[in-house]
Amino acid sequence: MRFSFGKALLPIYTVLALIFLLIPIGYTFAFSFNASDKSNIVWRGFTFNNWTTVCQAQGVCDSFVNSIFIGVVATALATAIGTAMAIALVRYRFRFRGPVSLLLFLPMATPEVVMGAGLASQFLTAGVEKGMTTIIIAHTLFCLSFVVVTVKARVASLDPALEEAGRDLYGSPAQVFWRITFPLLLPGILAAAMLSFALSFDDFIITYFNSGSIYTFPKFVYISAARGIPAQANVIASAVFILALTIVIVSQVFASRKAKKLAAPIS
Amino acid sequence: MAFAAFANTAQAVDAAPRKSSKIALVLLAPGLAYLALFFLTPLVALILTSLQAPALYGDMGEYVYAFRWENYVAVVNEYGETFLRSFGYALIATMAALLISYPIAYFIGVRARKWPAIQAIALILVIAPFFISFLLRTLAWKQIFSDDSWTMETLKALSILGPDAHFTGTPFAVIFGLTYNFIPFMTLPIYTTLERLDTRYLEASGDLYARPSTTFFKVTLPLSMPGIVSGTLLTFIPASGDYINASGDFLGGPSTQMVGNAIQSNFLVILQYPAAAALSIMLMAVILVIVAIYVKRSGTEDLI
Amino acid sequence: MATGTFAESGADLELVGITKRFPGFTAIENLDLFIPAGSFFALLGPSGCGKTTTLRLVAGLEEPTEGKILIGGKDVTNMKSYQRPVNTVFQSYALFPHMTVLENVAFGLHRRGIKDAVAKAHEALILVELDHVANRKPQQLSGGQQQRVALARAVVNRPALLLLDEPLGALDLKLRRQMQLELKAIQTEVGLTFLHVTHDQEEAMTMADTVAVMNKGRIEQMGAPQELYELPRTAFVASFLGQSNLFTGQVVASTSDTISLDIAGNHIVVPKARAARHTGLVTVGVRPEKLTLHTETQTHDAGQNVLTGGVVKDVSFSGVSTQYIVSFPDVGDIVVFAQNMVFGPVVHEGAIVSVSWNIERGFGIEDHPEQAGKFVPDDNTASIAVAQRKALSAELEGA
Ligand SMILES: Nc1ncnc2c1ncn2[C@@H]1O[C@H](COP(=O)(O)OP(=O)(O)O)[C@@H](O)[C@H]1O
Ligand SMILES: [Mg+2]
Repeated sequence: MRFSFGKALLPIYTVLALIFLLIPIGYTFAFSFNASDKSNIVWRGFTFNNWTTVCQAQGVCDSFVNSIFIGVVATALATAIGTAMAIALVRYRFRFRGPVSLLLFLPMATPEVVMGAGLASQFLTAGVEKGMTTIIIAHTLFCLSFVVVTVKARVASLDPALEEAGRDLYGSPAQVFWRITFPLLLPGILAAAMLSFALSFDDFIITYFNSGSIYTFPKFVYISAARGIPAQANVIASAVFILALTIVIVSQVFASRKAKKLAAPIS
Repeated sequence: MAFAAFANTAQAVDAAPRKSSKIALVLLAPGLAYLALFFLTPLVALILTSLQAPALYGDMGEYVYAFRWENYVAVVNEYGETFLRSFGYALIATMAALLISYPIAYFIGVRARKWPAIQAIALILVIAPFFISFLLRTLAWKQIFSDDSWTMETLKALSILGPDAHFTGTPFAVIFGLTYNFIPFMTLPIYTTLERLDTRYLEASGDLYARPSTTFFKVTLPLSMPGIVSGTLLTFIPASGDYINASGDFLGGPSTQMVGNAIQSNFLVILQYPAAAALSIMLMAVILVIVAIYVKRSGTEDLI
Repeated sequence: MATGTFAESGADLELVGITKRFPGFTAIENLDLFIPAGSFFALLGPSGCGKTTTLRLVAGLEEPTEGKILIGGKDVTNMKSYQRPVNTVFQSYALFPHMTVLENVAFGLHRRGIKDAVAKAHEALILVELDHVANRKPQQLSGGQQQRVALARAVVNRPALLLLDEPLGALDLKLRRQMQLELKAIQTEVGLTFLHVTHDQEEAMTMADTVAVMNKGRIEQMGAPQELYELPRTAFVASFLGQSNLFTGQVVASTSDTISLDIAGNHIVVPKARAARHTGLVTVGVRPEKLTLHTETQTHDAGQNVLTGGVVKDVSFSGVSTQYIVSFPDVGDIVVFAQNMVFGPVVHEGAIVSVSWNIERGFGIEDHPEQAGKFVPDDNTASIAVAQRKALSAELEGA
């Protein structure tokens, strides 16, 4: 085909834009190898020390473990509650569908500061002490709507005739759910859980309002920002980045393999 | 054949579910209870707090229930400018993110269809920033463009910037940070609609004498509207309430404070809960009005 | 094309040496085609033979690998689709989902700056009897209605050349007949050139002035419908356009105007003027409705070909006529259509019969019998499954 500058423009632009998106990631990764002492701002030479002494910097590992714990619990709660709501919204007829949908949309339209301040006011009024529990409550709240939206899309794309066929073939409602509906929804539920975990793990604003003396990893970064962040924080962030990227790439490869296998003729 | 075709449209018009409502109630109950307890009640708590008055002879941070609507007048007087600045920054950042993201989404979703591998890689690179703490990413920009960084020195040496130009602490830096942070949120929903765009519509448009630019504005753009609407909302709402980018420890300075910073400092630093609550309620109200108008005008009411 | 005006009349279309290759697949092979202005031209062929690809090349939606395309004598090969005086009724309709039916129909008129676009769009909708749904969205219409909107959207532009890709496929029989008549009326009235693609041989033959039968990316035969039917030149045409009984045998005698074949001991005579090849191994054929069925033994008549000693294997009644399958030893199965002149079939399964036909009705085809083999019409599921399996295993080996 003939080369045309007009046609090459878009790919070139996309490559440049993607590089732009990745600059801060490269920077964070590079500075995880900085032989810094207190603050990790100026480049002082290359070292692996930060990676081997990752937990020796005060607060880095503790806050990281807290973030993982909170992420797992909030994800489990939000996914369970949200999946049930998604199924109800798509599959059942009931009154007040409009208000329920609105109630689910509102948290997504609420800025995090407002949600954070609201919960904090309530905890203050009720005299609840802020800590791990309040963080988990907050995270479950903002993950919930995203779970519903993600799973809902999957339920809507599911042919109701499949469930009807299940019932037609003598399946009890419970059997139809666990043997037909659930396996077919699983990819959507997993996607929602991954999204939840990512949202929870990276959340700072709502956490900051409701965390009391507990540190999550983003809160640790925020508090340290004023006086200099230890290079070990970059190590944690880079390691999480590499791990997440690997998971995504592996699952992508598996998904496309599986798609190919399904498309292949049975011989 | 005609029957099958008719069945298709019938499905599209009436996809209403037909089962009873008892199971629905059971499925919905936990979620509704959760939202009532931890979303609606806090909003009420926020409204009540916003009307509180300082306790007589009380300590700092002690308030009693009252109906002090003057709190609102006070915050409007004190933070009116901050409010406008917040929405201004958020609006500019949203427009910038849209202009930057649309071509990316178009390339990945339409032009790269023939090469699934390129599509997958580009998509992973777009979401890659999600996997690294956004606070660290924002700090990275701060350090890349700090006053004595080699980036700034180079730009100054090349006379692209004046000798005493700053990046951090300027409105430009805050808008830059907001734009950068929300590009993936803008790109993904637009990509999702463009990826499903049937190119046969584009062919039909060309067949009906529309030149490529007309086809873009009359067919491609309207058909990707749902993605644009979700993308702009996913950007505008969090951007207008953000306080990381505008914070002095990150890209902002004293003159770039946004309403998020005001809420945060009132609530967590100087413990003026009523002021913080009043600001929150106003922020939420303005956003809801904007969202309602926007969703109505763009005709995509089934966002959820 | 000139803006603001309609085409005065149809333009002729010429394809010169067109080849289209997709990666690893040649869809069109060295195609030459001339369609005179104002004609109704039908391109007929089985699914996957390259009909849609041909239309897309003409419309400018696909670039030819080789060759030239001329519309009204003007080379448009390098013209973009929006610059060509051509409109398409897409096989998938491609109605814009975000516009109403009316907006869809007026779209092309607006692009060309034609006055009274909305009024003209309404007229076109009245023509396809859909003006009452003008303000609906395409998704709210049935498949047949969508197809008529697609038709209106293209016809309203009065293009010099209208391309129709199986435009009546989703309609039920009655509506299809009605639309066929209307299409034909529009075409004659305006004098536009229609290039109509279909896999329905009856539709092609009733509507078109000229029919081209396409197979595997080439045109097998082209001509007036009657000519194609009465004198097919290849086994493919003989069997795709209606049904044929084909026999292969050695030419054993020839006169100045006939050849005579030996088919398992029977002599079959075909006029030379109706046979493509006159010596060696030759395949000849005859249409099933040209055959007459006899229960008494038939004496050899000079003007007739006769086969005797057949056993009736199958009788199927289809209203107007009855189809008999008669098995002759060493010759094979022969299909006979007989008008239902009396109540019920005249013979039953197992009866011993003979068949005869006027030698003037036979035809001889071009194909070399060794190469052509006997054509299996792919209209039964077994043969489709076989073809599918072959294609798949070929693909697997390629991968
Ligand atoms: N874009 C393409 N890439 C590869 N093969 C194609 C493409 N478009 C069509 N083909 C192949 O070309 C052949 C002809 O297709 P088409 O013209 O659509 O047939 P039909 O006669 O049914 O309209 C088919 O075998 C089809 O698989
Ligand atoms: Mg086709």
